[in-house]
Amino acid sequence: MTEPVVRVSGIRKAYGPVVAVDDVSFEVRRGEIFGLVGPNGAGKTTTMECLEGLRAPDRGTIAVLGLDPFRAGTALKVKIGVQLQEAQLQKRIKVGEAVRFWASLYPSTVDPAALLDQLGLREKRNAWFMTLSGGQKQRLFIALALINDPEVVFLDELTTGLDPQARRAIWDLVRGIRERGKTVVLTTHLMEEAERLCDRVAIIEHGRIIDVDTPRGLVARHCPERLVVVTTADGSARERFLALPGVGTVDADGPSLTIRGNNPGLVTDVIQCVSRHGIAVTDFHTTEPSLEDVFLRLTGRSIRD
Amino acid sequence: MKGLWQLVWLEIKIFAREPLGLFGAVGVPVLLFLALGRAMRGGAGPASPEWAFLKAGLPVLAALVIATSAVVSLVTIIAIYREGGILKRLRATPLRPATILTAHVIVKLLFTAMTLALLLAAGRRYAAVTPEQVAPFLVAVLFSTAGVLSIGFLIASLVPTARFAQPVAGLIFYPMIALSGLFFPLAAMPPWLRAVARVMPLTYAVSLMQGVWRGDPLMSHLWDVGAIAVFGVLFTALAARVFRWE
Repeated sequence: MTEPVVRVSGIRKAYGPVVAVDDVSFEVRRGEIFGLVGPNGAGKTTTMECLEGLRAPDRGTIAVLGLDPFRAGTALKVKIGVQLQEAQLQKRIKVGEAVRFWASLYPSTVDPAALLDQLGLREKRNAWFMTLSGGQKQRLFIALALINDPEVVFLDELTTGLDPQARRAIWDLVRGIRERGKTVVLTTHLMEEAERLCDRVAIIEHGRIIDVDTPRGLVARHCPERLVVVTTADGSARERFLALPGVGTVDADGPSLTIRGNNPGLVTDVIQCVSRHGIAVTDFHTTEPSLEDVFLRLTGRSIRD
Repeated sequence: MKGLWQLVWLEIKIFAREPLGLFGAVGVPVLLFLALGRAMRGGAGPASPEWAFLKAGLPVLAALVIATSAVVSLVTIIAIYREGGILKRLRATPLRPATILTAHVIVKLLFTAMTLALLLAAGRRYAAVTPEQVAPFLVAVLFSTAGVLSIGFLIASLVPTARFAQPVAGLIFYPMIALSGLFFPLAAMPPWLRAVARVMPLTYAVSLMQGVWRGDPLMSHLWDVGAIAVFGVLFTALAARVFRWE
């Protein structure tokens, strides 16, 4: 068992009377993409800024690569990459200048030109920061976070404000970071992003971590029910589905029957039942519960509220 | 201080790209000076008392205005950088906070020196100045500017947004210029006003610059140098305590 890259135990951070982070603990393993997932104001960014050494927690301890981020200073800063939420650069700094300047600050770096190539910014190297699109700015910030070939990369709300296409392109970049053996810690309020991108997620709300696991593990634990929708004119179908093992409810909406159950083999059971009884089916689909449903189950509210 | 000179060079380039940046900071004062000088030629001759005042006072006034605009500009830049999260992003690099601020001070001092040097060069058309007079004067001006830039940091620390930074800096500095002893001799002020003037760093800056311009050796103004240094250290320490990065 290797030492975790990030170890957070019992941190708390309050701004005056407002407790932003309360007794948060988790570990991040080497080589994984770990997501802090929760609505805006849940305490994700405060937690991240404690990991990045920009804030000191009021209580609790943090070790990133074995070091206390707030006290370690440069010794840690050269080993981590950081992308901050809603950061800006000087309006009239050129992309190439920014990357070269950042490179000058670290003892060892990757080749700035190759990095710009990789992130699709080569054409933009002489463009001023203020002229870049949202996606280009985010790619530049990823470049700045990767310039020192860091062991851990912290990405805070990386795709907020981007269109779906730019978002997917950024996801591919983040997967690329993991493939090069780096560890990624990110925050997002997008459940889809967490589900598609993260190896493990911590669900955080009101400054507390509610649960940590793989997206699949969280779904299996908190939303084990499966859902099959069958459209049929066969009047006997509803009774037959209800008789299947593990089926909880079968709701009818005209000819469309929604079958819910906790049995992991529910889909197979329904298919076999349809086939055995020769039920004529005009439509058939299944719905997997998602992290969105897990969040709803755990917090009693939708993350979009 | 790793990264200091790279940052200085970067900030100079970025400043030069601002619309009216270089022209406003360096070109306008020089052009204004030349235009005024030309206009004055039709008036009283170089032997008149008016010219004597100009020769004694104008370089100091110019230096003061340049130094003040450097402070106002520094305050604005820090406020903009803080508001945009640029300071915070730089803090997440190995760059030390002191390096970031030092770089901005150096940039401002460089522009101050450049503007003043150009002004003095342009002034040679109207009244000859010697390098022996100019060199100590430049030293005095840069020292005074560095001293008052510390007030800039304090203002930048206390003013939350860029929108307010500029007017607040002006509000603090223009009265200080008025009371600095350049326009009314300190001796002519009522005692309470003189007391106010005595606690303002610009008063000592003016005394230093005026004296050096007259030809006093720097050493004879140790009192002014000391006062500016004390103000500088005091305001820097205060600013360091209350400075906010975001």
